[in-house]
Amino acid sequence: MGREITYLDAINEALHEEMERDASVLLLGQDIGPYGGAFKVTRGLFEKFGDQRVLEMPIAENGIVGTAIGLAYMGMKPVVEFQFIDFIACGFDQIVNFAATSRYRWGVPAHIVLRGPWGGMVRGGMFHSRTPEMWFAHSPGIKVVAPGTVRDAKGLMKAAIRDADPVLYLEHKWLYRRLKATLDDDVVTPIGKANVALEGDALTIITYGAFLTLCLDAAKELAKDGIRTEVVDLRTLYPLDRAAIVASVSKTNKVMIVHEDIRFGGIAGEIAMTINEECFDKLDGPIVRVTPPDTPVPYSPPLEDAFYPNVGRIVKAARKLARY
Amino acid sequence: MARKTQPAGDASSISPELKREMYRYLRLQRAVEERAEKLYKGGHIHGGNFSGRGQEAISVGTALALEPKDKIAPMIRNLGAVLVRGYSPKDVFSSFLAKATSPNGGKDNSTHFGEVQNRGVIACISMLGTLVPVMTGMALAAKLKKQPIVTLTYVGDGTTSTGEFHEGLNIAALYQVPFILIIENNQFAYSTPVARQTPVKDLATKAAAYGIPYAIGDGNDVFEVYRLTKKYVDEARAGGGPRVIEFKTLRMRGHAQHDPADYVPRELVAEWEKKDPIDRCEKALLAEGLMTEKHRDDIIARINTQVSEAEQFAINAPFPDPKETVRGVFADDSIVPYTPWEER
Repeated sequence: MGREITYLDAINEALHEEMERDASVLLLGQDIGPYGGAFKVTRGLFEKFGDQRVLEMPIAENGIVGTAIGLAYMGMKPVVEFQFIDFIACGFDQIVNFAATSRYRWGVPAHIVLRGPWGGMVRGGMFHSRTPEMWFAHSPGIKVVAPGTVRDAKGLMKAAIRDADPVLYLEHKWLYRRLKATLDDDVVTPIGKANVALEGDALTIITYGAFLTLCLDAAKELAKDGIRTEVVDLRTLYPLDRAAIVASVSKTNKVMIVHEDIRFGGIAGEIAMTINEECFDKLDGPIVRVTPPDTPVPYSPPLEDAFYPNVGRIVKAARKLARY
Repeated sequence: MARKTQPAGDASSISPELKREMYRYLRLQRAVEERAEKLYKGGHIHGGNFSGRGQEAISVGTALALEPKDKIAPMIRNLGAVLVRGYSPKDVFSSFLAKATSPNGGKDNSTHFGEVQNRGVIACISMLGTLVPVMTGMALAAKLKKQPIVTLTYVGDGTTSTGEFHEGLNIAALYQVPFILIIENNQFAYSTPVARQTPVKDLATKAAAYGIPYAIGDGNDVFEVYRLTKKYVDEARAGGGPRVIEFKTLRMRGHAQHDPADYVPRELVAEWEKKDPIDRCEKALLAEGLMTEKHRDDIIARINTQVSEAEQFAINAPFPDPKETVRGVFADDSIVPYTPWEER
């Protein structure tokens, strides 16, 4: 290819390529037809594949997810767009009760992908900035992926569409047009595998999604002080790549978890307990987490800026940890 | 436009052989559920157990109106439909008794089992209304693939108040998919009578909001259930879009077996006892000379033997291996959800 594309383009390309490759791949969502979706992630697909493959849906998230499950039971591979991932709450019943349990309770997996613009830092307010990943990571039967790079945006979408289980694909709207990269043709990122985005030996920062970008920026700052930080990009939240976490912690002996999700019940707690169970004896310092507080995402700029951790806070916490 | 359609034909349009088959399935559902009541009281059934007593005509009549390639999602009171689709009393008792021989291996209870390809049965869950969009989606797939398949599921009176009932019907009507929704109005959602759930008297009229043709029928007359359903199934298969039928009936037992249902007026139960669907079918078959009393007694005896054998089979069957607990969450069985720390 050799053409530079954005994170958003990468998702669009993955949809194009998978729909071309496999006639059973369908799209369902609101405004995804001629309009191309609220963020234009589905642009060009209606024109290319028509109304038998790109199915416009009314404002009825449980209805849409249920319809997708039914399509999947008939051998199709539907990809459902939530206009903003916040609205996934309106489809919660079908996702956690019907789709997630499907394989376990009667042996038939619901081969669906649920995707949508996720996260904040865009002045979207509490109903257009939400991070609902742990609601679903906590519902056995759903895989949860959250690409933090252009390459993984494409590779994880392809893997999600090819995966027989329900996959929640979280695409960060702050990254949509911010990240650019040049990709090979058929990029597939394995689900369940973390990636060492930056190698280091002084401490490990574990993160995912938009905060990968912030953590890599923080690592550059830390490098100026000679603190060589390893950054692990989880990429998949469930199933969690415990081996990658253990490998990095065993190497650096210090670990910090940084995420955009709120503190209580965020994946940092789960990772900390994993380290506690798997490699407690490797630790030379406390397991540290940097997260927003347990509040809804506020709207006004000074409030939103106070809510989210930033590079400065990540660096400060890392310096403190490095001193152990 | 939405309309209340007229019943097509009369009972004479149903072949004698099919009428006798209806009778056998009605009897089989009744016998299995009566035996399940005994098993429940004997402590063999873990958790809840639900009865479709008095509603058998709806399950049997609708299921027999479908073709084998059609897809059906029975709810917990639709045991008759499960049996029509080829599941045996052994399967049913194995599921009720949580045994390894259950179609879902003991992972879930009640009639929460199914198999898509051969039986065309979709497993239900406890959240009411979820199957309305799911069966809409299956019908949409049939339409997109140009396969002459019809899908059907059931809701009770209570479910007509859920969001998913309305969301699913709206999508079904929008895409004009071959989907039949049966509203089994058994007059009670657990303890709450219809009048305290919704101000709508004839629940099928809710379909009018989406321009879906609907009908209302006697749920205790298996021939009427069959005829109304068959007519709508044929129309849906021919490309007519979704259809809704409300069958009026009464739940003759509690919500589940623990529930004595004191809240149901005795006079109401006595009134519906007289409309028992099996008695009515039996009388019609005897009166029409399609079945002799001896023939009836043979049917009942055969069913009782079958049910007793199935009951013993399930009682003697093994429970699932505890190792199964962590298997099957994902299609990829290499994903093991949890290994206890003390066992590493």
